[in-house]
Amino acid sequence: MSEHPIDRQEYNITAYTENQIGLLNRIAIIFSRRKINIESLNTSPSEIEGIHRFNIVIHETEDVVRKIAKQIEKQVEVLKVYYNTNQEVIWQEMALYKVPTDVIAEKASVERLLREFGARAVVIRKDYTVFETTGHREETDRLITVLQPYGLIEFVRSARIAIIKHSDGFNRKLREFERTEPGSEVVENEFLNNRDGVFSM
Amino acid sequence: MLIQEKPIQLLPETARQTMSGAEMTLRALVAEGVDTIFGYPGGAIIPIYDALYDFKQELNHVLVRHEQGGIHAAQGYARASGKVGVVFATSGPGATNLVTGLADALIDSTPLVCITGQVFAHLLGTDAFQETDIINITTPVTKWNFQVTEASQLPEALAKAFHIARSGRPGPVLIDITKNAQLQQFDFPEYQICHHIRSYRPAPIVRPEYIRQAAELINQAKRPFVLWGQGVTLGRAEAEFRAFIEKSGIPAAWTILGAGALPTSHPLNVGMLGMHGNYGPNVLTNECDVLIAIGMRFDDRVTGRLDKYARQAQVIHLDIDPTEIDKNVAATVPVWGDCKETLPLLTALVEARTHPEWRQRFEQFQAEEVAAVIQDELFPTSDELTMGEVIQQLNELTQGEAIVVTDVGQHQMVACRYARFNHARSNITSGGLGTMGFALPAAIGAKFGRPDRPVVAIIGDGGIQMTIQELGTIMQTGVDVKIIILNNQFLGMVRQWQELFHERRYSFVDIASPDFVTVASGYSIAGKRVSERQELQSSLREMLAHPGSFLLEVMVTKENNIFPMVPQGCSVSEIRLR
Repeated sequence: MSEHPIDRQEYNITAYTENQIGLLNRIAIIFSRRKINIESLNTSPSEIEGIHRFNIVIHETEDVVRKIAKQIEKQVEVLKVYYNTNQEVIWQEMALYKVPTDVIAEKASVERLLREFGARAVVIRKDYTVFETTGHREETDRLITVLQPYGLIEFVRSARIAIIKHSDGFNRKLREFERTEPGSEVVENEFLNNRDGVFSM
Repeated sequence: MLIQEKPIQLLPETARQTMSGAEMTLRALVAEGVDTIFGYPGGAIIPIYDALYDFKQELNHVLVRHEQGGIHAAQGYARASGKVGVVFATSGPGATNLVTGLADALIDSTPLVCITGQVFAHLLGTDAFQETDIINITTPVTKWNFQVTEASQLPEALAKAFHIARSGRPGPVLIDITKNAQLQQFDFPEYQICHHIRSYRPAPIVRPEYIRQAAELINQAKRPFVLWGQGVTLGRAEAEFRAFIEKSGIPAAWTILGAGALPTSHPLNVGMLGMHGNYGPNVLTNECDVLIAIGMRFDDRVTGRLDKYARQAQVIHLDIDPTEIDKNVAATVPVWGDCKETLPLLTALVEARTHPEWRQRFEQFQAEEVAAVIQDELFPTSDELTMGEVIQQLNELTQGEAIVVTDVGQHQMVACRYARFNHARSNITSGGLGTMGFALPAAIGAKFGRPDRPVVAIIGDGGIQMTIQELGTIMQTGVDVKIIILNNQFLGMVRQWQELFHERRYSFVDIASPDFVTVASGYSIAGKRVSERQELQSSLREMLAHPGSFLLEVMVTKENNIFPMVPQGCSVSEIRLR
């Protein structure tokens, strides 16, 4: 039953849901009742109007993640859940850095920073400059280290967003949901076809 | 807007009416086939109770003495009748008193719709009088919940509530209605029953390849063994289940919620599973070659230690709820679907067999258990009465026709082990949650749900004191419930554990009781106490023959233990007979 901690890794859980007050809590408690920390959580409207997409990152074993994915999908307002390892997704986080403009202009080569870290100056004011960069955690972390000596004033990072590499067709399925509503035929059941690949297209 | 907005079909003027949210709520209940409501009024639900004044013909409201009693009564009603149980409670403490019943109903898959009043919408979040965030409090213990703040949201919310509560794997739903929404007058089109919610899949589609694989495994099996649970009854598939068992000739054992789906007397019914289940079914779980689980969820009280549970067996798991597949025990073949649908498909493909030698193994273990445990429990030679002989005597008088409602503890295990059932929906007990105080109100509800059947509540001296106020409900409604208190003057199950595993350090299990017969008589309920063997049968007879409710207190041995027992952390095959 209990897998070795070494089997734990980051998993990206993607859930498509109705836009319903209280659903965030209903999903969050599925993790908290097992005392699992959510490393990152993003929720936003999906490409289909009225359907929301959750991206949740946790550090767990596959056995636990599979059970959690099923328990999320069981919720009445959840349409579909997938889980993927980091290798199976393309993911990004966005970070903003606020630094004093005079220091950065005098002591660091702004141009070098921008080029090396793929950063972009969002706002340049007399008193401060805000840089923006996107990337994996290590990349955005590296820029913090670099900027720290130059008087980093504030830093913020977004939750992770992830696109599943092999997700051809879910957009089409979502559109089918839309078109057949409020039809009574339940066609969306493909995860049961492929038991081992449950939730991972 | 929370609920999916759909264009409302405008009906001709004559079909549309203006009414209050409260009145519409009651009309919805009538349209959903509700006949009985268990409830307790209070400030935030007064408008609904005001409307109820005009619905006395259509809706029978049972005034309980505590909201927990109300929800357990609704559970008993739902479990006995197969219909959705309905509860009314006010905001704040009225609503929070439902929480235990919701948790119980969720884990035991009981269909309920609970309607709670809530403070005016403009007061939400202000710590208003009797305001509590009941939606967030009940989220972990409901299948679905929803707060209505506008009367116009009510028709769809209620329609969804009933659909969700009774479809798929049933469960409790809570609808919280702010007072302004109850009072608000609105233009109400005709009520539409909900049949479909796009994000909700009540039952997975049956996969023929899994049926074929399951049938192949069963046909090759030398020692197949069926475990069944409440899913058979929830799926109304008792006949389909029986046909499958009789054709395949496979011995079958039950979880306590599954009891009765196959009559106790059926030759292929080999008994009860689990911690205090029968000897053979537990031991032979670890000897069978194919384990067929039908509508059950491998609860830890059934499986004991998981890493030593049926490791030798190929497992076929039939369940309507995909989250149960592979949750505790990995399935070799998962048969997703409603067993009403899957069982006949499976029956068609399995060969007719009888498995005489394999069945004999169960009989041998049964004989051993009778000699070591059952004989002394049902036909004791000691002076003091045992719980088992009370059940045995009751069996002889009711002949398995009664609905038996039990509480939680030793008496529950004895009743489940020894009570005989001819029909499904006859054993009503708090299985998953183990809620003491369940039986008395649940028995009241069961009688309202099935007035044609005798209802006998069997309760310990501890459990009865948790919801004893519901004697008031019996008094006021005149409902006919027979109550047997098996009084061992202890919180017996905890005492048993303290004796076996904590060196007899009896820590706070010595519970004093009032004179139950006097308490009953204070509620105008007839009663009697019995402690002598020669009076037992005549007292039971008197109780059953009595017109109306009757409380029979039976004084039983103080320090009796329930055996067999699978000690916690042990494998099912390590079950102890003493």
